[in-house]
Amino acid sequence: MSNPFILNQQLATDDWSLLRPAEGEDAALLNVPTGQVIVPFATWQAQTELHSRTDVGVWLDNTTEPENIAIDWTAFPVIALSFPKFTDGRSYSIAYVLRNRLGYKNQLRAIGDVLVDQVFAMTRLGFDALSLRDDQKIESALHALKTFRTPYQGSTDDTRPFFVRESV
Amino acid sequence: MYKYTQLDQALVQERVDQYRDQLTRNLSGELSDEDFRPLRLQNGLYIQRHAPMLRVAIPYGLLSSVQLHALAEIAEKYDRGYAHFSTRQNIQYNWPTLESSADILQDLAKVEMHAIQTSGNCIRNITSDQFAGVAADEILDPRPYCEILRQWSTFHPEFAHLPRKFKIAVSASKEDRAATSFHDIGLFIVKNDAGEIGLRVLVGGGLGRTPIVGSVIREFLPWQHMMSYCEAVLRVYNRHGRRDNMYKARIKILVKALGAEEFARQVEAEFKYSENGPSTLTEAEMNRVRSHFTDRTYPTRPAIEFDTSDKAFTRWRERNVKAHKVEGYNAVVLSLKPNNVAPGDATTEQLHFVADLAEQYSFGEIRVSHEQNLILADVAQEDLKAVWEALKTQGLATPNIGLLTDIIACPGGDFCALANAKSIPIANAIQNKFDDLDYLYDLGDIQLNISGCMNSCGHHHVGHIGILGVDKDGDEWYQISLGGSDGSTLGGYKPAVAKIIGPSFSAAQVPDVIEKIINTYVAQRTPGEHLIETVQRIGIIPFKEAVYPPKVH
Repeated sequence: MSNPFILNQQLATDDWSLLRPAEGEDAALLNVPTGQVIVPFATWQAQTELHSRTDVGVWLDNTTEPENIAIDWTAFPVIALSFPKFTDGRSYSIAYVLRNRLGYKNQLRAIGDVLVDQVFAMTRLGFDALSLRDDQKIESALHALKTFRTPYQGSTDDTRPFFVRESV
Repeated sequence: MYKYTQLDQALVQERVDQYRDQLTRNLSGELSDEDFRPLRLQNGLYIQRHAPMLRVAIPYGLLSSVQLHALAEIAEKYDRGYAHFSTRQNIQYNWPTLESSADILQDLAKVEMHAIQTSGNCIRNITSDQFAGVAADEILDPRPYCEILRQWSTFHPEFAHLPRKFKIAVSASKEDRAATSFHDIGLFIVKNDAGEIGLRVLVGGGLGRTPIVGSVIREFLPWQHMMSYCEAVLRVYNRHGRRDNMYKARIKILVKALGAEEFARQVEAEFKYSENGPSTLTEAEMNRVRSHFTDRTYPTRPAIEFDTSDKAFTRWRERNVKAHKVEGYNAVVLSLKPNNVAPGDATTEQLHFVADLAEQYSFGEIRVSHEQNLILADVAQEDLKAVWEALKTQGLATPNIGLLTDIIACPGGDFCALANAKSIPIANAIQNKFDDLDYLYDLGDIQLNISGCMNSCGHHHVGHIGILGVDKDGDEWYQISLGGSDGSTLGGYKPAVAKIIGPSFSAAQVPDVIEKIINTYVAQRTPGEHLIETVQRIGIIPFKEAVYPPKVH
């Protein structure tokens, strides 16, 4: 069973499988299946044959600093950012850096402890794909996407704060 | 004062709706208590010793009469007829029910108030000088900057789950009345040699378990970059602040670990990507917000030569009446520190009364100070006597502002689930020991601060005399410190963390210990010297020796 999944603000079917190492398993040595798959960044780095595959995305843990790793981040079809605990907000800032500094335009997805009450902020930061924790109600999440109509500050969805937006 | 636009009002209403939905999901079981916890905290709701505690934001300490009336009604309707003003320019209710919390937020929203981000690991209420806008020593009114920061930080999507809470203060006067150096970000509004306005940026100040004075990371930041620069600070912190140990998660620990220079370098590197970007503050926006605070013209009122034969009135004027930039006006401090009351507490009746008084004498506005007192900032000198007479009827005219009995104290073990020890009875015992006004006057300015635990809500680290409640094998003990300063004039403008004088005392011993400290000061002081200056001059050893007499074998 796949997790409740939202793509571009709508309930969607998830076409990608997520590859996570088991406890104690070396991410570099994972066996990567065929088909659209999101692999740990360490796996992608270690297995250079994956670099030519267009159906392979990567997921980053929340201590990764993509701006300090000299690869073309824009080439990935999917980048997933991990929320091991919803109260750990590091991946929000990583999303900001990927979208606003590194020019990443393809699918950016939130994985892990992704809860109804985080989806609004995540969407603002440029997450277009939300793979919710499996106990989350999709109707509640879709409702939460409409929490605020006009936020004050700029973010990824609109980099202009309201006083610039409103005066345009 | 700042009036909500449609956008502001819509956001606050949407917040109420969001919270009501979250509360409903929690009560129905869809949202677990664990997942609900950070959400309710970011709406100001704690689960406390007796009941939930709701903390309401008073942005930069400014309230209208209408708002104060509404706060009084909430105290009446949902609480037990009183409320507590905290050291963070917030007001707290100690007895609401969880089920009524959404209704309270709805009542607050009707008067342009909220409890947004008054708790939780996010950017908290922006604090400032309680005399902002009227102080004779200020470069300009800092409140527009505070309001802009309030808006910027409200529901900031990137910074809702920081490693720890995050507090920002703004000060624009010669004297720092907002303990700005003890905030995660402290902004001092300054003017450079060319006459341009900018900000001196301090980062990593704070109290709690590891009290630290903030480090300057930017001497002069043009005001236009306030938001982008703060964003850079927050981004560095959000990514690199420690999350493995909540006691080491504040930004001060990161700044200390990296060193202020390296931290500043990382912030500057981050800032360079957004400098002059869309978040750059515009003149038009600054003017729009400023216009909310400069919409007052002061009717000409005469400067008064007061008759000094009325000793009680003279005393009150000396202690509780402060200078005002407009001739013929003063700011008046209402003491919430009479003896035998919890410092910072006010009853429904008092709240209504103050709201009416402000309406009649002070343009319908009230301020709250981090010393937990209220202020009528714009009282004509002609009206001072009438205001004083009125205040006396409600016990709000105690002429002790800045004196030993004007004690800062957290709610302590009587209310707070975190506390190791009580604060209120200690404050009351000290007030009762020093109940001779003539003597208090002779002692002069002394800041005595009490915290019931290491979290330092009572700011004990910056008290000239600090008292900290500690737990020893299940018993309540009190550790005494000396020489702290929040950075105000009295301490020579130098923010400092107090030094602990020695082993702690039982509650019963505390008033006598304070008396010994005071006696030592009286014996040692030079003419006109304040306690803090004596401590700075002679150090803590003479005090220590008075409190802990050497053992004779």
